[in-house]
Amino acid sequence: MYVSGGMTLIPSMKQRLAAPSDLIDLSSLPELEGIEQLNDAQDSMLRVGGLTRHNEVAGNVLIQRHLPVLGQVAAAIGDNQVRNRGTLGGSIANADPAADLPAALLAMKASVNTQDRQISADEFFLDLFETALDAGDIVVSVDFSTPQQAAYEKFRHPASGYAVVGVLVACFADGVRVGVTGAGPCAFRACALEDALNQQFLPQAVDAVAIPDAGFNSDIHASAEYRAHLIKVLTKRAVASLLS
Amino acid sequence: MSMSDSGSQSIAITVTVNGEPHHLRVAPNTLLVTLLREHLGLTGTHVGCDTSQCGACTIHLDGAAVKSCAVLAVQADNCEVLTIEGLGSIDNLHPMQQAFRDCHALQCGFCTPGMIMQAVDLAQQSSDLDADTIRQGIEGNLCRCTGYQNIVEAVAKGASMMAGTNTLAHEA
Repeated sequence: MYVSGGMTLIPSMKQRLAAPSDLIDLSSLPELEGIEQLNDAQDSMLRVGGLTRHNEVAGNVLIQRHLPVLGQVAAAIGDNQVRNRGTLGGSIANADPAADLPAALLAMKASVNTQDRQISADEFFLDLFETALDAGDIVVSVDFSTPQQAAYEKFRHPASGYAVVGVLVACFADGVRVGVTGAGPCAFRACALEDALNQQFLPQAVDAVAIPDAGFNSDIHASAEYRAHLIKVLTKRAVASLLS
Repeated sequence: MSMSDSGSQSIAITVTVNGEPHHLRVAPNTLLVTLLREHLGLTGTHVGCDTSQCGACTIHLDGAAVKSCAVLAVQADNCEVLTIEGLGSIDNLHPMQQAFRDCHALQCGFCTPGMIMQAVDLAQQSSDLDADTIRQGIEGNLCRCTGYQNIVEAVAKGASMMAGTNTLAHEA
């Protein structure tokens, strides 16, 4: 098994939730580092190396200029010590249902680059801690499209810092995308909300949309019904902040 | 629950701790905090929760504050580690240590080394820290005595002392 920042894997090993026979540390691979701008005919894109630490994402000048919302998402992860160590590639490969970055990948039309293939974010997150990565795959980098504007709203668990629910609304020339984390077994796009916001980009457009809570997470922190409710509330807040 | 050192074969690593290089052999499952406390005798770095929540084990790894109970010793190979022992001395306290002393920013003192290491990281990012920024900045460090008020004051004072703008503060 690979380890990058180890901010989930090492605590999981200590709790005996993971017991890999061998660990391969990716931290000395320069190919996994760096943030660069890509020239694409359609959208402006940013490529972020898989080994990029969350605090590097949050403080990077290119990201602040072209994709500030990704910096805000990274700055909302865990605490400072975790952000100094945890990596973008590690977080998405782990695919915690309450992690922040998966919502950003989905809303920002991201593609995940491994050693030999490219996986669209829409096909990357499959289930609880399950992604389209195969054994041996490494997240080399992630390509993000830069939206015209975007906002991330998170209902943060006060102790853990994880998203009880997080919603990222991104506006592109060809439509609105809504990435949701924390609510289901893995992050997903709320297509019904996207349709409503494409009709009318106003907070009240969210009111008429039904968000069924079937299959949503339900635990001591929040019921499935409450999480479904939070999706709408946070989407409205994100839209309102983009209109203000 | 900490992982024991009863792993398979040991691995040779070189770690520079507080400026001094150490060539060591460690079991692959040895945590960095165990290396510091038990192999090198640097017990200023504390183990509070051992679940990467309390921040008592915060040290600097290549200049950035991290929780050493969530890092394997082998991951620190060829890295620079700074612990509370390397920050200042009894006779020559680091400005952040002096600020914690001046503001009486401790009660039982267990969280203090981790608090100070994180506070120094925070102050290196900005010298002008307001209370909200400090409270968010130390959210990964828990004070079970709940003595946060004086800690927040000390971090603000220590940050300005580090920037050289408040060097006379502790004489006032």
